[in-house]
Amino acid sequence: MTLTGALDAGTELPADERVIDVRDLRMRYGTRDVLDGVSFAARRGEVLALLGPNGAGKTTTIEILEGFRMRSAGAVSVLGVDPAGAGERWRARIGVVLQSWRDHGKWRVRELLKHLGTYYAPYSTAAIRRPWPVDDLLEVVGLIEQAGQRAMRLSGGQRRRLDVAIGIVGRPELLFLDEPTVGFDPAARREFHDLVHRLTDVDETTILLTTHDLDEAEKLADRIVILAQGRIIADGSADALSRQVAGETEIRWTRGGQRFVHSAVEATPFVRQLFLQYGDDIGDLEVRRNSLEDTYMKLVLESEGGLR
Amino acid sequence: MIRSLRIGLARGGIELKQTLTTPTDLWAYFFPALLLLGTVFFMRNAHVPGTTFSLGASTLPGVLGMGLALGGLMTVSQQLVVEREDGTLLRAKATPNGMTSYVVGKAVVVGGMTILSMLLQLIPGVFVVHGLHVSVAGWLTLAWLIPLAFLATMPIGAVIGSLFDSPRNMALAVLPIFGLVAISGIFYPITAMPGWLQGVAQAFPMYWLGLGMRSVFLPDSLASVELTHSWRHFETFGVLAIWVVLGMALAPAILRRMARRESGSAVAARRERAMATMGR
Repeated sequence: MTLTGALDAGTELPADERVIDVRDLRMRYGTRDVLDGVSFAARRGEVLALLGPNGAGKTTTIEILEGFRMRSAGAVSVLGVDPAGAGERWRARIGVVLQSWRDHGKWRVRELLKHLGTYYAPYSTAAIRRPWPVDDLLEVVGLIEQAGQRAMRLSGGQRRRLDVAIGIVGRPELLFLDEPTVGFDPAARREFHDLVHRLTDVDETTILLTTHDLDEAEKLADRIVILAQGRIIADGSADALSRQVAGETEIRWTRGGQRFVHSAVEATPFVRQLFLQYGDDIGDLEVRRNSLEDTYMKLVLESEGGLR
Repeated sequence: MIRSLRIGLARGGIELKQTLTTPTDLWAYFFPALLLLGTVFFMRNAHVPGTTFSLGASTLPGVLGMGLALGGLMTVSQQLVVEREDGTLLRAKATPNGMTSYVVGKAVVVGGMTILSMLLQLIPGVFVVHGLHVSVAGWLTLAWLIPLAFLATMPIGAVIGSLFDSPRNMALAVLPIFGLVAISGIFYPITAMPGWLQGVAQAFPMYWLGLGMRSVFLPDSLASVELTHSWRHFETFGVLAIWVVLGMALAPAILRRMARRESGSAVAARRERAMATMGR
């Protein structure tokens, strides 16, 4: 199975639409290649999820894009600039939300957002007013009631929302989210997903996120890039990926009070056959194609097998 | 640049206000002051050998000088190590012009904390011991000595902080600094030290800051118990200026190198190590 068509997806985009453009990125530590010819692109307003097992090179990739790490080789352009030599003006257009921030514990929520906002004021443009007014921002992330609290007194979920607020206080054109919902309860997760949708719908913010939660990737991402052992093994929408991976579809139904489950490579003929045979006796019919999780596991396993 | 400076000043001001409203921080200011006042209280009736001047009164200014040196060297390095571990530094790096404002803010907050601790020791101190007096010339000395003290010690403190990766190995830096306190004539006259130790002590800012503060608060006659029987303002200025130059030459490059290495995974790795050590 090859996904080479999808790998070249980046080159199909017009250059000015490419918020992220990575070509043949390589990263070598000693004799070990952590990234080995990675190429992908993200267009404006897109939510791109970077998936992959631990050690696949996700963090290295994202840190190179954030300008926090130098690369060994390859061409990288983020908002039209090479992050390796980008200045403060570029920095002002980027938002970063990392895992496990614990900084500024003594600062009160409103005070911190107001202070950090002042760094962005010189970079305000007619199109993008920077920074985000604190009261609006508090409302967007749902921290109005905690505005006067010290950061160290916030709950895990609240602290995470503060981190997101800090990440977007400068109204970034591109936002990096590194495992944003780790430790969230389902309600907090849903709120967070709504927030991400709002950012991309209203402000055309481009988002690059990493996550281990495949449900989340499926819900949020327009496109998914899967990284394994330093290479991109798949690039496309969740739907396209599952279509490209041959898999079985699960069909569930009830008949005469009994539940049935069946797996079929071709679901449509099977269901047609089912109705021909039992007609109206069939109830609660469910047809589920490969979940992203199945697709992901297959792709990762295949890539590991292929390299051995 | 002006803007970053202004944001940095605001940052320092906010952090100063925070530390003054945090009970554990306040305790950290009051406790050494209490300890010191207790010490000079018991020394108040003893005399500086060969004079009738109170030993307690003569010790207090030297301790204030030590406070200036410790503020610049230890508070700066400790804060830097702690804030590198908790991600404050990475946050500064992720913010436009964040590092400049971070450094300015740090200088303001540490300077403020140090002066505050000094006042907490000095103001009750003048009621506990007698004989301290500041002349017009003394005020002038303070006006150059205190800024010079910060300029000479804070960059070096930042360099020390950059060299240590975790608050838990900071003891490696703390021990030599306390060794320096012991030989710098703060609590025990430097004239009683062997010649080579006197030489070592005079190479570092600690001794000169102690001497400088004594020159401000003590009567000129007490210069007679110092090395070379003088307050040696010229030498004080000279040695501190050398440290200013040294610190300013080293600190920016070393700070930049440290900042360059900061990333999300570096902070996460440090955090994991911290958790592992605590679990043990």
